[in-house]
Amino acid sequence: MIDTVLLSQLPVGATAKVIAVDAPGPLGTRLRDLGLHPGTVVHCLRRAPLGDPRIYELRGVQLCLRRSEAGLVRVNTDG
Amino acid sequence: MAEAAAPPLLRLGLVGSPNSGKTTLFNALTGLRAKVGNYPGVTVERREGTARLPGRAVQIIDLPGTYGLEPMSPDEAVVSQVLEGKLADVAPPDALIVTVDACAISRSLGFVAELVNEGLPTCLVLTMTDELHARGGKLDLERLRAALGIPVLSVVGHRGIGLEALRQLLPRPSEWERPPIPPPTDAEERHAWCESVLERVVLRAPGRDPWTERIDRIVLHPLGGSALFIAVMVLFFQLIFAWATPAMDAIDAGMSALAGAVHGTLPAGLLADFVSDGLIAGVGSVVIFLPQIMLLFGLLYLLEDVGYMARAAFVVDRLMARIGLEGRAFVALLSSYACAVPGIMAARTVPSPRHRLVTILVAPLVTCSARLPVYALLIGAFVPATTVWGGLGLQGLVLLGLYVLGGVTALIAASVLSRFVVGHASLPFVLELPPYRVPPFRLWLAQVWSAASAFLRRAGTIILLASIILWGLLTFPRVEAPVGASPTEASRYALEHSAAGSLGRAIEPVIAPLGFDWKIGVGLVASLAAREVIVATLAQVYAASEEDGTSLRKAIREDVDPRTGEKVFTPATVASLLIFFVFALQCTSTLAVMRRETNSWRWPAFAFAYLLGLAYGASFLTYRIVSAFTT
Repeated sequence: MIDTVLLSQLPVGATAKVIAVDAPGPLGTRLRDLGLHPGTVVHCLRRAPLGDPRIYELRGVQLCLRRSEAGLVRVNTDG
Repeated sequence: MAEAAAPPLLRLGLVGSPNSGKTTLFNALTGLRAKVGNYPGVTVERREGTARLPGRAVQIIDLPGTYGLEPMSPDEAVVSQVLEGKLADVAPPDALIVTVDACAISRSLGFVAELVNEGLPTCLVLTMTDELHARGGKLDLERLRAALGIPVLSVVGHRGIGLEALRQLLPRPSEWERPPIPPPTDAEERHAWCESVLERVVLRAPGRDPWTERIDRIVLHPLGGSALFIAVMVLFFQLIFAWATPAMDAIDAGMSALAGAVHGTLPAGLLADFVSDGLIAGVGSVVIFLPQIMLLFGLLYLLEDVGYMARAAFVVDRLMARIGLEGRAFVALLSSYACAVPGIMAARTVPSPRHRLVTILVAPLVTCSARLPVYALLIGAFVPATTVWGGLGLQGLVLLGLYVLGGVTALIAASVLSRFVVGHASLPFVLELPPYRVPPFRLWLAQVWSAASAFLRRAGTIILLASIILWGLLTFPRVEAPVGASPTEASRYALEHSAAGSLGRAIEPVIAPLGFDWKIGVGLVASLAAREVIVATLAQVYAASEEDGTSLRKAIREDVDPRTGEKVFTPATVASLLIFFVFALQCTSTLAVMRRETNSWRWPAFAFAYLLGLAYGASFLTYRIVSAFTT
């Protein structure tokens, strides 16, 4: 079963595939520049002690994003 | 054979994402002889250096790290502006060197394509290929070269691998391979193109670094990680607060000895006074910062290069986000407890210029160690040494209260400034966690030295000049004391008739609503050199011997206003003066270093004004409220 969720909702340890980046203008460009293109496989590695931000693993890089930015990315989980 | 005119200086732009090994490559090429400045109008550091390459010297322009060419802020626009020659007095580069972390090629190829489309001769340097191999990854460089149509080299900068081949290539960009068909310019087409190139080039994607994985399990553990974070920050604090003290005391003693020697050698008079109290004391007030700066940056760069700073920022980001900042600003604010000068310099590790600016503007509010002698004098003289609430010393509680007041105000000021003054930052918070690395010692040493020498050159000169001017204010005009006056009396007399003395009297009407008289006014003028100077100045005004703190305490406790017959230091005045010192930015060194870090007098002027306004208002209220309760 495939679920579409926001990247910020992806639980720690889960892997998902990016569907779309829902941010207009330069912010969307920046998220794509960071490697978040449709089709990119993202793994949620861990979260900070206070819950936010989280570390995502994508395209060979460990990237730390806050909930506010991760919430702009829609992903598909196959779980 | 006669050489024709020297060929025009070749300028190469060095472009890459943060963490792509750009700085390491810059240092390896230029041998650490960078000229550091700022780009006009923005607070972005501009670094250029000369690389002596086979046949010719080449100018390398280290452009700010960026993930793409579409800017999100004026500061980020610098890269594309420089490339397109749109920035006044910065000539565009003749060719580009693009650095890409080999492990991050999958993310960075789009940026490379964007840069190739700029139309300049471009070469790609893949860095950290050693890490790629260690993580089990494999790239086909030949296919990458064929796909991009530009030279591709693998360089491990700090080990010198591949550097010679790069040095051979760089001097002749006109001969570099150019792409027969440039990559697509449309974003979506470019992405599709990148994916198809990556499919051919990435033979095996790198896995996780096994060591980083193991270490992070501890370092980023919800509980263990927080404990480690606190431990590291306590160590940090201890290092710059306490461990720098012996070296600072030694510098202090050395400068005093030097000044004493001058007094012994030169005939007593203006020249001896100038050399010892003006010049040597001025140099001392610059050099005194060096132990803290070296220790701070030594540890800062070590933690940064090892990879811990990014983790620390990750752990504490949530707290800093509440005040509109981000995790990396934490260390700068913490350092400011020792001294705002290294604290403001530490704000360099904050990549977002807006966050950096807010951090710099609130750093002076954090209770620095220079306020301690002032607090100690006033609390010691006026707060009774009693205990309250079952054993807690009242004096200690007041001191703690002042620390808390400064810290809390810094947090409030940060959230106000980031919302209203500096403009709400729309830049997303982006932080990469690099694998743990053993930092190359030479690079670390060079970074620490570059921080220290930049401080000496750019801020030190201003501090020296300011302290000499203040010496002049405290010395001129010279009025001879009446015959028969004791040395302390004579020094009091000279100060009273100096320009600073007149200034103290001139500002008396302005500071009277705060409960301050002209003597405190002189102290405030003198404390512009450094806050703790007010203690020595008051000692001089009250003709008290400086060595013995108790006599000054006694003197200010017993001082009576000749006009009203009332005590000068009433509880309201003391409270008001303490509050004034919590907020006011009376420190030329801080202003000088702010000027150096923001590249304009605008921000130091703003900080001085807003903190003075805050101090004045808070002191006025305190004076009124305490007066109402105590009379």
